[in-house]
Amino acid sequence: MTKYRVNKTKYIDQTKTVSFNFDGKSYHGFEGDTLASALLSNGVHLVGRSFKYHRPRGIVSSGCEEPNAICQINEDTDLTEPNVRATEIELYEGLKASSQNCWPSVNFDIGGINNFISPFIPAGFYYKTFMWPKSFWKKIYEPLIRMSAGLGKSPTKPDPELYDHKHVHCDVLIIGGGISGIIASKIAAKNNLKTMLIEDKNVLGGSTIFQKNENYKINNKYSSEWIEEEIAELKKLDNLTIKTRTSLAAYHSYNYLLAKENISDHLPLDKKNGGIRHRLWKIRADKVIVATGAIERPLVFNNNDRPGIMLSNSVKKYLDFYGVSCGFNNAIFTNNDSAYETAVSLKEKGISVKLIDIRKKSNSKIVKNAENLGVKIYWNSTVVNTFGHRKINSIEIMNLSEDGSNVVGDKSRINCDCLAVSGGWTPMVHLHTQSGGKLDFREIDQTFIPNEIDKNHINVGSCNGDFELEDIIKNTNNKIKNFLKVSESDFDSCSVIDSKEFDKRNIWLLPNYISEGKCKSFIDFQNDSTAKDIKLALREGFKSIEHVKRYTTTGMATDQGKLSNMHALGIIADTAGVKMGTLGTTTFRPPFTPLTFGAIVGRSVGKFFDVIRKTSIHEWHIQNGAKFENVGQWKRPWYYPINNETLHDAVQRESKAARDSAGILDASTLGKIDIQGTDASEFLNRVYTNAWSKLGIGKCRYGLMLNEDGMVYDDGVTTRLGENHYLMTTTTGGAANVLSKLEDYLQTEWPELDVYLTSVTDHYSTASICGPNSKKILTKIFPDKDFNDDAFPHMSYQNAKINGINCRIMRISFTGELSYEINIDSKYGMSLWEKCIEAGKEFKITPYGTETMHLLRAEKGFIIVGQDTDGTMTPIDLQMDWIVSKKKYDFIGKRSLYRSDTIREDRKQLVGLLTDDPNEVLEEGAQIVSDINKKPIEMIGHVTSSYFSPNLNKSIALAVVKGGKKMNGQKLIVPMENKNINVTVSNFIFLDKENKRINA
Amino acid sequence: MFLINCPYCGERDQSEFSCGGEAHIVRPKQPTELSDDQWAEYLFMRKNIKGVQFERWNHVHGCRKWFNMVRDTSNDKIHAIYKMGEKPPVE
Ligand SMILES: [Zn+2]
Repeated sequence: MTKYRVNKTKYIDQTKTVSFNFDGKSYHGFEGDTLASALLSNGVHLVGRSFKYHRPRGIVSSGCEEPNAICQINEDTDLTEPNVRATEIELYEGLKASSQNCWPSVNFDIGGINNFISPFIPAGFYYKTFMWPKSFWKKIYEPLIRMSAGLGKSPTKPDPELYDHKHVHCDVLIIGGGISGIIASKIAAKNNLKTMLIEDKNVLGGSTIFQKNENYKINNKYSSEWIEEEIAELKKLDNLTIKTRTSLAAYHSYNYLLAKENISDHLPLDKKNGGIRHRLWKIRADKVIVATGAIERPLVFNNNDRPGIMLSNSVKKYLDFYGVSCGFNNAIFTNNDSAYETAVSLKEKGISVKLIDIRKKSNSKIVKNAENLGVKIYWNSTVVNTFGHRKINSIEIMNLSEDGSNVVGDKSRINCDCLAVSGGWTPMVHLHTQSGGKLDFREIDQTFIPNEIDKNHINVGSCNGDFELEDIIKNTNNKIKNFLKVSESDFDSCSVIDSKEFDKRNIWLLPNYISEGKCKSFIDFQNDSTAKDIKLALREGFKSIEHVKRYTTTGMATDQGKLSNMHALGIIADTAGVKMGTLGTTTFRPPFTPLTFGAIVGRSVGKFFDVIRKTSIHEWHIQNGAKFENVGQWKRPWYYPINNETLHDAVQRESKAARDSAGILDASTLGKIDIQGTDASEFLNRVYTNAWSKLGIGKCRYGLMLNEDGMVYDDGVTTRLGENHYLMTTTTGGAANVLSKLEDYLQTEWPELDVYLTSVTDHYSTASICGPNSKKILTKIFPDKDFNDDAFPHMSYQNAKINGINCRIMRISFTGELSYEINIDSKYGMSLWEKCIEAGKEFKITPYGTETMHLLRAEKGFIIVGQDTDGTMTPIDLQMDWIVSKKKYDFIGKRSLYRSDTIREDRKQLVGLLTDDPNEVLEEGAQIVSDINKKPIEMIGHVTSSYFSPNLNKSIALAVVKGGKKMNGQKLIVPMENKNINVTVSNFIFLDKENKRINA
Repeated sequence: MFLINCPYCGERDQSEFSCGGEAHIVRPKQPTELSDDQWAEYLFMRKNIKGVQFERWNHVHGCRKWFNMVRDTSNDKIHAIYKMGEKPPVE
């Protein structure tokens, strides 16, 4: 046992030694310790340097509010983690931690120089100073600030750990396993409600679990003993789930909450076993009870940041829970009674302690208790200075004036090796406000407390402003019974003894004989902002708390101002002479404590990041060496390289084969919507720009769909299968959106239409065979069918059978070639495909991918919605006037086609581009200009599609150019990084303008 | 993340739904009769209220049905949900 481990407690197993390493030095602690308690048991207080001035800093607290003891864990492993609070990480064998903000070492560091030049680093210093010269920012200021800021290192390797998400519904969720959370859980669970209790520590009971004092008794037992029995009973209840090591991250509306359960962070590296590290609980609760407790406030006085200055209740927790004394000659500086519990506890263990109280008196039982034990109390006094470099060694105190605005009399010096500080308590209202709750200001102890209106959410215990033991028990019991509308409770007849506090005094910034400008009275320890900074911000004209916060960076560190926000508000109110309640608070945003990215994404990583859709022919593509491209969630064959062909070579070969003999494309991914109903034709009339009523059964037609603003939205071929039955195809990427849009119109604008839409994209597989030999191939597959142009003309469809399986053959073409598409039930997609390949062998049928498909259609000047259009192109812009019906009274987008904006002649319009050098291929997306000498250069359009066409033996491109319709033959320039490419505007149909090939 | 009581399916998580903007904007029956300004009023103008707003919602990852909702955009309280074609509740 080290000399600071003075006490044996239930929560530390002193038979189990745990060795760990901090800043390169080996230490020992015990099972049950946190890193902080283990360091303190070794007498280590100094754990880091402050952010701006690099002042030595020590452990302040014992919980999530810790501003100073911020560590990098397990550096040099792929599990390394920055910003870990030493007060929260449970000690395990082999833990390696290093203080984060102290390059090159915690005991000597270069940034310490800032401490001496600190008069020159006031609030907003960074904003003011590093503004100029501009060139200095990137090379000098930023690297300097970053290096000395030391905000930890993120891991560089992929995270090897697993993370999990779990959804849960419950009747009642209780957040916080302290005394009021335990009372609430027991009442809820015993009344047959499905209850869940979450607690961020590994032990239930909050601060009551180590409260063993004559003045605090429940049913005649010490409160710690009473709560231990309650916890034991609680664990036996069936309909209560208790989750410890689980911290609430966010409280969203409608009682939807996120909580992170830590499953393996407290285990040694070799015992994690590749299991789950964190589990994110997604909880939907009928009722939520917030019992998150309160955080002790520090006091703001000169040099209040030395190592060894700690929160009073944390000193008590280290002593009574961990068995560690933070000092042997303690001073306690307080404005309230709670610090006297710490004093009594120290004194009872024979440890020296003195009290400095800013109040003039207090006659409560706990104060009497301390006095009777012989604790020296300095009433009406304040600490004006502290001394000691790496750890506090003494303090200077003075008396306060009557109104507390000044100090009077002589200074006296008191030696101490630990100064425990208590400035009262701040209810943790973060979750209440996250959920949308408002706050009221309570003058008597200067606290913001929840203002409750939500019938499905309440706050109980000290997070609701109840700080006295009796109030906590009685009020929690009554509130929970009302809230849950139950009558059953074990706590109705609890007898409680406690020490009531009657005397209160609060001074946000304690006065000093030293002038304000020379005092270092810290408010935000982590961001190093002082009372002086706040006052400077006010003098410089900042008024809103949100602005002062950002200007001084108060409350903006990783602790989110848990210890500093109230003091900042108080000092602003006092300085500006306004009531604190009128200032409002800054916004509390989730997460309450930092959350790992792993917990947020859960299992949605790697191949589970997004859904992958594959056609039934996918395996064949893989076996035949296809390279794939992502189209939405689909994997589509991009090209099929043979013998290490490049993309270019493969596409040249594939597209030549498709025009010279036969090509085959897996077109299964095109969206397919089955449309049925007596008004199906009328419906198509309304959603497409062209007319549909006269389309014969068995015929196909190309349709263009607009948005209501007149811009092209989607296109595809629709086939009339029967009198009241159509099959619509959409683009691969647009399928889901088209279906949604059509449903929207059907349900909300035209409910009178008798039309039913069904997505059948996945139901059918499609093999598309094109080329002059495609008819011969089809004849081989369907020997009974007549494929003569008269019997089976272009833009028609017929039913057929392969080995008794029904299929549909559409004679449609997206390449300009003679072309057939065979649709078959997806189950048979692969066998259909293989049959086509077999039948096509003698014609050297060539599978081609999306790249060749794009090239073939570009040769014919067919657009691809989404490539040649971008949501700003009307059919008129695309020179597709032919497909816009003049006769139809209305269709979606019609009215917009003659708005003043859409009839402008200088809109971007679709054109063809030919490069003067036929071998020069333009880059898609490249800008187009007409006059390169006029400055600034006006960009009049851009290239949308560009290829080298093997069939035309030259480069071709589609582009959209302002006023392009009238520019045929005009010379334009495509400026690139190192050259200007000369191009000529041409017709955008490059091949077979007469449409002869579809009947070849 | 609110809970939405789909009139066809019951209470479901918000993630199953998508919002389709302001409700009760009827597509003009005779668009061709409208001036540019009148058409623009239908096409582009939306109120975007801070407070109680009438909205269209779609149970997109569920029954795919559209319905209307009265929601306070300042606190996400849902005051009413009713089917398409039904009269909005009077405020
Ligand atoms: Zn539904």
